[in-house]
Amino acid sequence: MGEPSADGRFGDFGGMFVPETLVPACQELDQAFRSAWGDPGFRGELDRLLRDYAGRPSPLTECPNLSTELGLRILLKREDLNHTGSHKINNVLGQALLARRMGKTSLVAETGAGQHGVATATAAALFSMDCIVYMGTVDIARQELNVFRMRLLGTEVRAAETGSRTLKDAVNEAMRHWVAVADTTHYCLGSVMGPHPYPWMVREFQRVVGEEARRQCAEILDGGVPDVVTAAVGGGSNAAGIFGGFADTGARLVGVEPAGGAAVGRAVPGIVHGSRSYLMQDEWGQVLEAESISAGLDYPGVGPEHSHLAATGRATYEQVTDAEVIEAFSLLSRTEGIIPALECAHALAWVSRARSDLAGLTVLLNLSGRGDKDVDQMMGILG
Amino acid sequence: MTVAADAAPPGGAEHSWGRLERALRDRRDSGGKCFVPYLTGGLGDDWLETICAVAAAGADAIEIGVPFSDPVMDGTIIQQANDRALSEGATPQSILAEVRGASADIGVPTAVMTYANIAHHMGYERFASSLADAGVSGCILPDLPLEEVGEWAVCADAAGVETVLLAAPTAPDERLPRLCARSRGFVYSVGLMGITGVREALAASATRTAARIKAVTDMPVLVGVGVGTPAQAAEVCRVADGAVVGSAIVTRMLEGAGPDGVASLVAEFRAALDAAHS
Repeated sequence: MGEPSADGRFGDFGGMFVPETLVPACQELDQAFRSAWGDPGFRGELDRLLRDYAGRPSPLTECPNLSTELGLRILLKREDLNHTGSHKINNVLGQALLARRMGKTSLVAETGAGQHGVATATAAALFSMDCIVYMGTVDIARQELNVFRMRLLGTEVRAAETGSRTLKDAVNEAMRHWVAVADTTHYCLGSVMGPHPYPWMVREFQRVVGEEARRQCAEILDGGVPDVVTAAVGGGSNAAGIFGGFADTGARLVGVEPAGGAAVGRAVPGIVHGSRSYLMQDEWGQVLEAESISAGLDYPGVGPEHSHLAATGRATYEQVTDAEVIEAFSLLSRTEGIIPALECAHALAWVSRARSDLAGLTVLLNLSGRGDKDVDQMMGILG
Repeated sequence: MTVAADAAPPGGAEHSWGRLERALRDRRDSGGKCFVPYLTGGLGDDWLETICAVAAAGADAIEIGVPFSDPVMDGTIIQQANDRALSEGATPQSILAEVRGASADIGVPTAVMTYANIAHHMGYERFASSLADAGVSGCILPDLPLEEVGEWAVCADAAGVETVLLAAPTAPDERLPRLCARSRGFVYSVGLMGITGVREALAASATRTAARIKAVTDMPVLVGVGVGTPAQAAEVCRVADGAVVGSAIVTRMLEGAGPDGVASLVAEFRAALDAAHS
């Protein structure tokens, strides 16, 4: 998982499909990221923030009870223990630091489940920046707690009321906002999607997850790597981050999508939100509305590098149903005392379903977020 | 509909003019200003009749919006129009079939404006030939910037479809000649940094950007985005060769003004441009 080509491509996927009005902003960001990422001063400052503010490194947790139950050895990369409760903070601290370096005074972001919105609001508070987060009205209703958190952190939450009123529409609104204010505002995109350089930049900011996990696995596996590395995929940032640490090994990489949001599963390429990638769409190219129990995975597209990994066969992508996810959510809570976010419960749902194929193997699962935000919703489902 | 070989441009320009560019050049070169309204295809039962009425009311060319589910460059008015047309069952195919049947009645060149995925999903080659078959002269795909337009432009050129490129207020000087060299029909000068919609006043960037573009091209330069009233159109045409107006027109369509109601607004724009620049 290296650099994209000069035109922002991973194989046939990626690019910079934005209106002319946004091209200069994307090009400016590309230059700024290249310069910062090669600057030891920037890297050092980000590393310090990740350690002292976000709480990195996150632990790697053996799960003896769950392993016994499933008949395999499962290791969890504990991104749920980061400040703000998910992997999203890794990317956001990187982008906020970059925005400050570029002289931007404001952030705008989209959010689905609210995890990225909360992380962005947190960084904005830390860096004393103004912040606006767009969120679909459907998601605002099902993630009230995160809406309150963002407001508490000083962020303005704006409702995206068009289309499916979920994550994809929040992205549309954030892009529409950004085009008018790009001179002062950085668009803090939350996943490995969007126009170049976002898919690459966000993956690089999330790569810390994979690199840490690689070292931690080596310690307990006698220098080896797990047989399987798995993570949930909506846009795909937590998966890209953990895959980044293992793509050059023999580990099998498995992304897990919701059945109702299976962009890779359907494997039809399309262009939306700035890049060419697999995209759920109807026979005319209208983008379909994803439907999943997890607001964070309710996205009809997927990051272009995942499409490339799928097309080349380096990673495979599985789909799980909401019912399997609910089962997995309970399973991890009951066996290990860890309540997972519904997003990463997707990855566990696949492991659980595939356990006979995985029998005896070591499986590293990116536990990308904690489930506190989902407890209210699950109370309604599980009673 | 195809590129006319006998319309070879005078020295300087490197492409032959299609029907859209010829119509706009004729208007400009005879001392007039171009008016190009945007109408959402498939919106209501009488959208095609409205297009014909608008042509008769003085439009030099007409942009026909083919609705897309995620129009990131559009403001609330065109979003609403898109959503309504889609919910009424509009598809690229249904819109193009109707345009094809009416192309003689429309009488002025048309250009389809939609987003890249509509063309990409059908296949660039097939989409380009569908436009040509329907008698559509031009095409605007705003999410194909200069860096991404190549693959589409090859197919459009082959089908004789004029690909209009946008130029933004923030485009660096070195970018403008390259944009103009690749654009066909006209150069779409974006009036402001933002999305489509009616504003109270014309942005200063509207005339400034048009002037920068006119300095590097002989093609017609039309300003769109943020031009919402006849007075604003006249104001921007002090510098530009014409104006593209969408949201103000589509608002009338959404209000159910019907062909005559929309045409009367177009007549107001026509009159304002003729009065200010005759």
